[in-house]
Amino acid sequence: MKQLIQLAKADIGESLRARWFLVYAIVFGGVMVGLFVSGLTESRIMGFTGLSRLLVTYLQITMAILPIFMLITTVRSVVGDREAGVFEYILALPVGIGAWYWGKLAGRFLVVFLPVFGAMVAAVIYGLIQGVAIPWFQVLFYTGLLASLAWCFLGIGMLISTLSRSTDVAQGAAFMTWLFLLLFLDLILLGAMIQEGLPAESAVAIALLNPLQAFRTASMLLFDPQLVLLGPSAYVILDNFGYRGYLAWAMSYPILIGLGSAGLGFWVFKRGDYS
Amino acid sequence: MIRFENLKKSFRRTEVLKGLDLSIAPGDRIALVGSNGAGKTTMIRCLLGEYTCEGTVTVKGLDPRAHRTEVLGRIGFVPQLPPPLKLGVGQLIDFAAELCGSDPGRMVAIAGKLGLDLDEIRRRPFVKLSGGEKQKLLIGIALGRDTDLLVMDEPAANLDPVARQVFFGLLAERREQVSMIISSHRLDEVASLVNRVVELDRGRIVLDDHVDDRLDMASVLDCTVTLASPSAAFANAIEPWQFKADVAECRWRGRVAGPDRLRFLGMLSRYAALLQGLEMMEAEHETSA
Repeated sequence: MKQLIQLAKADIGESLRARWFLVYAIVFGGVMVGLFVSGLTESRIMGFTGLSRLLVTYLQITMAILPIFMLITTVRSVVGDREAGVFEYILALPVGIGAWYWGKLAGRFLVVFLPVFGAMVAAVIYGLIQGVAIPWFQVLFYTGLLASLAWCFLGIGMLISTLSRSTDVAQGAAFMTWLFLLLFLDLILLGAMIQEGLPAESAVAIALLNPLQAFRTASMLLFDPQLVLLGPSAYVILDNFGYRGYLAWAMSYPILIGLGSAGLGFWVFKRGDYS
Repeated sequence: MIRFENLKKSFRRTEVLKGLDLSIAPGDRIALVGSNGAGKTTMIRCLLGEYTCEGTVTVKGLDPRAHRTEVLGRIGFVPQLPPPLKLGVGQLIDFAAELCGSDPGRMVAIAGKLGLDLDEIRRRPFVKLSGGEKQKLLIGIALGRDTDLLVMDEPAANLDPVARQVFFGLLAERREQVSMIISSHRLDEVASLVNRVVELDRGRIVLDDHVDDRLDMASVLDCTVTLASPSAAFANAIEPWQFKADVAECRWRGRVAGPDRLRFLGMLSRYAALLQGLEMMEAEHETSA
């Protein structure tokens, strides 16, 4: 555990000095500032208003940015480090492979989640200053959802990194993974599949297995408990899961995917050449 | 202490190591030489447990992959190409010292002896240091901890002559307690540091010989070089050796580390036509400690 903490600290130190982190922090800070400036807390759309409106918009934007950012930076950094000889040196120090791998994962998670979390905290502070009601349950649940999504794509990124031998291949695989999950969002491919006669239950099952969709639907569910926005497929979701059941699913399923992917990545890494 | 038995390593269809057998005893200081692609780096990475391989590698009877922390806890490693770490210099030292169970002050002290001013660069990212500064720091980390084996890949390549002299002295202090594997493309770069030469060629050992190691690694030579006429090119070439010039007499005086004598003569050979006189005398024994 001591080694794991050391390695997590080292990875945090590395990441905080990297250019990608600067861009990443600016993007998320910029999104939140943009939402403040555009006065989303004042708007009233589809019956919900106040800070929840700002948070929902933030989550929708985050869903578009976070996964691809997470995938690309993770695979670039891990495979890039291997190519540049960082592993040759670091792994020649007396450190356990498990401590190194999971320490790196933990450090990277903290670094990536920090700006996203910071933006949420900024939104709450902004809301308090503006004197609007703070939807604490939404704030906490959205924060959990973001952590779950970040962890999920971090795990997938680590798996891709361990399977790839070059940065180019890893980046290509990361992009294809993101595109694949994006295509299976309800509005794109699933709509076309239903048009072609796919049973609604199958389409919903595919959507439920997509961590992006799970995140998206759960974020809707908090301000639209009947999922009116989702149309008829809402019945399948609410009948099978219920309100709380789906929230639990949306929170835990991406974490399990991330954990499973990272675990598989570790198993592959441990059996192969390290540098 | 270290045994390689029928060590084979392939990358896809290319067999890089073709059944190496080698034993390294305590006190062996080995020059691992060979051209590019001979298999030196691959062999070192197998020893460090970074590569899977056929055959066996053991360090004191332990498999370096299965017993990483025990094995690597006693091996100091200096890579040929410094890793592009963005960590601050101070963070890197603390990180390495913590993992190795060593005192960061020892690492700082060694790097200081090599001429690195840690106070000045402590907050700078490692990757922003010059080639020589990186090398000094990595040597400081490797030598500033308790080890039984030093594995060094072209360790002195980026060092200036003064730092090389200190480095040789530091190795001399450890020669009785620590085995060494020093990898290099050229034997003359490392010949004076070792007592055994292992040459690799296309994945096989083609030479395994003991060499005369009477040379004192900590010795220093007083040198005087006299030229027939002034030469700006020579003045530039000898500047890193920190010789003092007597311009009127076209004479330079200074000191050269004993193990660096071949390298120094190699530099002088480029100006052989200008050379009027050369004197090299062993000076009083010095240590870097």
